[in-house]
Amino acid sequence: MNAASNLPVRAAGEAGPPPSRVVAVVGPPNSGKSTLFNRLTGLRQKVANFPGVTVEQHLGKLRIEDEAELDVIDLPGVYSLNPRSEDERVTLDVLMGRMEGVPRPDTILLILDVTNLGRHLVLAAPVLALGLPTLIVLNMADELERRGGDVQVEELARRLGAPVALISAASGEGYDTVLQFLRGRIGIPRPVELPALNDLPRCREWAARLGAEAKYLPPAPPVWTRRLDGLFLHPVAGPLVFLAVVVAVFQTIFSAAAPLMDLVDRAVGASGDLVGRLLPEGPLRSLVVEGIWGGVGSVLVFLPQILILFLFIGLLEDSGYLARAALIADRTMAKVGLQGKSFIPLLSAYACAVPAIMATRTIENKRDRIATILIAPFMTCSARLPVYTLIIAAFLPERPLLGPLLGTRAAALLGLYVLGFAAAVVTARVLKSSILKSERTPFVLEMPPYRRPTLRQVGLRLFDRSKVFLRRAGTVILAMSILLWGLAHVPTKNGKAPEIADSFAGTIGRTVEPLIEPLGFNWKIGIGLITSLAAREVIVGTLGTIYGIEGDDDGASLQAALRHDLTPAGAVALLVFFAFAMQCMSTIAVVRRETGGWTWPILQFTYMGVLAWVGAFVAFRLVTALLA
Amino acid sequence: MAEIEFHRSPAPDMPHTRPPATLLDLRKGEEAILDRIDLPDDVSLRLMELGFLPGSRVAASFRAPGGDPRVFRVDGTEVALRCETAARLHLRPLPKPDAASAT
Ligand SMILES: Nc1nc2c(ncn2[C@@H]2O[C@H](COP(=O)(O)OP(=O)(O)OP(=O)(O)O)[C@@H](O)[C@H]2O)c(=O)[nH]1
Ligand SMILES: [Mg+2]
Repeated sequence: MNAASNLPVRAAGEAGPPPSRVVAVVGPPNSGKSTLFNRLTGLRQKVANFPGVTVEQHLGKLRIEDEAELDVIDLPGVYSLNPRSEDERVTLDVLMGRMEGVPRPDTILLILDVTNLGRHLVLAAPVLALGLPTLIVLNMADELERRGGDVQVEELARRLGAPVALISAASGEGYDTVLQFLRGRIGIPRPVELPALNDLPRCREWAARLGAEAKYLPPAPPVWTRRLDGLFLHPVAGPLVFLAVVVAVFQTIFSAAAPLMDLVDRAVGASGDLVGRLLPEGPLRSLVVEGIWGGVGSVLVFLPQILILFLFIGLLEDSGYLARAALIADRTMAKVGLQGKSFIPLLSAYACAVPAIMATRTIENKRDRIATILIAPFMTCSARLPVYTLIIAAFLPERPLLGPLLGTRAAALLGLYVLGFAAAVVTARVLKSSILKSERTPFVLEMPPYRRPTLRQVGLRLFDRSKVFLRRAGTVILAMSILLWGLAHVPTKNGKAPEIADSFAGTIGRTVEPLIEPLGFNWKIGIGLITSLAAREVIVGTLGTIYGIEGDDDGASLQAALRHDLTPAGAVALLVFFAFAMQCMSTIAVVRRETGGWTWPILQFTYMGVLAWVGAFVAFRLVTALLA
Repeated sequence: MAEIEFHRSPAPDMPHTRPPATLLDLRKGEEAILDRIDLPDDVSLRLMELGFLPGSRVAASFRAPGGDPRVFRVDGTEVALRCETAARLHLRPLPKPDAASAT
């Protein structure tokens, strides 16, 4: 559409734009679009320091006093209007009004990183050629100033034929100009002739000329970024630092989280007792105390651990280290036929596979993208964390391995993460040398400068994470706990609740028992495996409910109860099972959506299920033999 | 695996016998001018959008441990490329022999 015309025609200049209704936030990757979008709408879209964070459009509302409400659309970053990947296509489709359910934008905020103005201005040519009222937002003013750069905004506006604002989306400096523009209070300079859009060198020259005319003084190179890269990409120190960080994460998940978990545990226990005393003896009390408190409560305990995990992931993402990790991992990825870009979604799969699968949109090659989607659920997501730590803590005594730096439990957890990663890598290798074979696509990744993560940003992330976690506890896990409690109390025998083994729940568990007996699991674990098809951590809640109902000896912890039902070999088998199985409805749904059909999710579910069974079987036999 | 062939870069401590022919030959800190990109259109367009325009200055920067991929400094940013790609970006020598010190 744009590459054909040599002299793009723009709408004739008017005194001011008509009051805008739908504002699109456009710009190159990592220029601060989502940061500005969040400021405009008060929403909290994901912001992080690497290119390709936003992969689909997000709508928000902006209300300016005495004006109508505006729709604001946050978009994936683009280098040009010639899309090459799924996320870039989204931006073009929205701009052209071709995206279903998204109104066609009539105003554009073009966000450019002013610390690299020359190259970013190139995008102004195709965007201005769209002929919509456009404000050129030069973002990162704070960084420009700190590193001693400068630009004359009015001059740039005149030469560009579009209004220009110099702002810092992060701190809010200069933000008023953006609002003024959206109110239609900023005069638009006379449009100028744009360079031929299909001639990239000419466009770049045009941008350079504009920069020179606006007296653009590029900032000094980021000294700290070079220093840090000198360390993190050092041939010896780099991998060591990487390893040290990983070990630190796992150790803190166990040691630092423990007191907090105790606290939550005691709060859950005390509130359960209190509620129990307030309610009269009977089915309602049983439902509330054993079903709900036992189920939801036993999952809640893991909130501190999950927050620690997210704290580390947040620091990696906000600082810019993630792009370096992708660089370091590229060789491994190349060996299995993928590229370093696949590594970024895989890393975010440590939080959750769902956003990770969305993030594969940045991978240009379709087959690489599908392969990455298929292996993402092998990465140890945060929902596995409660299951892993519960079983590890129940069966493995804590002993120091590397002094206070690494204990047995953290090492076991680390091992499970490695196991998941290995499964992913081997699967990728198989896929890429068979059904998903493709030409090698070049790995091209822009390295962002390091940025200091702000307390506010990290804090908000943790807050949002807690909300997500609590919402899950309050919906999926609560519903499953109540359902299970119900199934465990019917059919009644002589008006009395049955033994749990004879209840419907027990019957279901005993029906699947033959299938899982070779893995060392009994019918109670079987019930947990079934309920955890909804989401992995549900098994913890389920076991909590079952043991709560059984509960002859109160005070016996979940861990102690678990030791009755599982041999050490069975525990290892259960860990392996959870490492491989695809027990997550949301993941299945998002794979179906992103691959456009049921073929891939069904294949993936079956493959992972078979692998989980076989892996658990082998583990059970092996450990049984070893311990005999 | 059918890999794209590229010639090896000289050992880091050996002096150049010839001027660097491709990005792969650049040693850390060394700078040269890009002449042409020998890659399919869509890839070279993406590289050009990132700043790898013929005639622009490119400097070699850090490398991943193991030497592949490598980071190049071009047009105000740093971009990582695999060696097999870097070998397809051909260089022309700097106009003046001592211009390399200016960055
Ligand atoms: N110093 C500084 N950093 C900023 C500013 N605005 C955004 N950032 C940082 O720049 C990085 C990228 O911000 P995002 O808002 O995620 O950028 P984006 O354009 O949405 O990125 P994509 O979605 O990947 O295209 C983050 O680390 C932000 O904290 C600013 O005004 N000053
Ligand atoms: Mg974004």
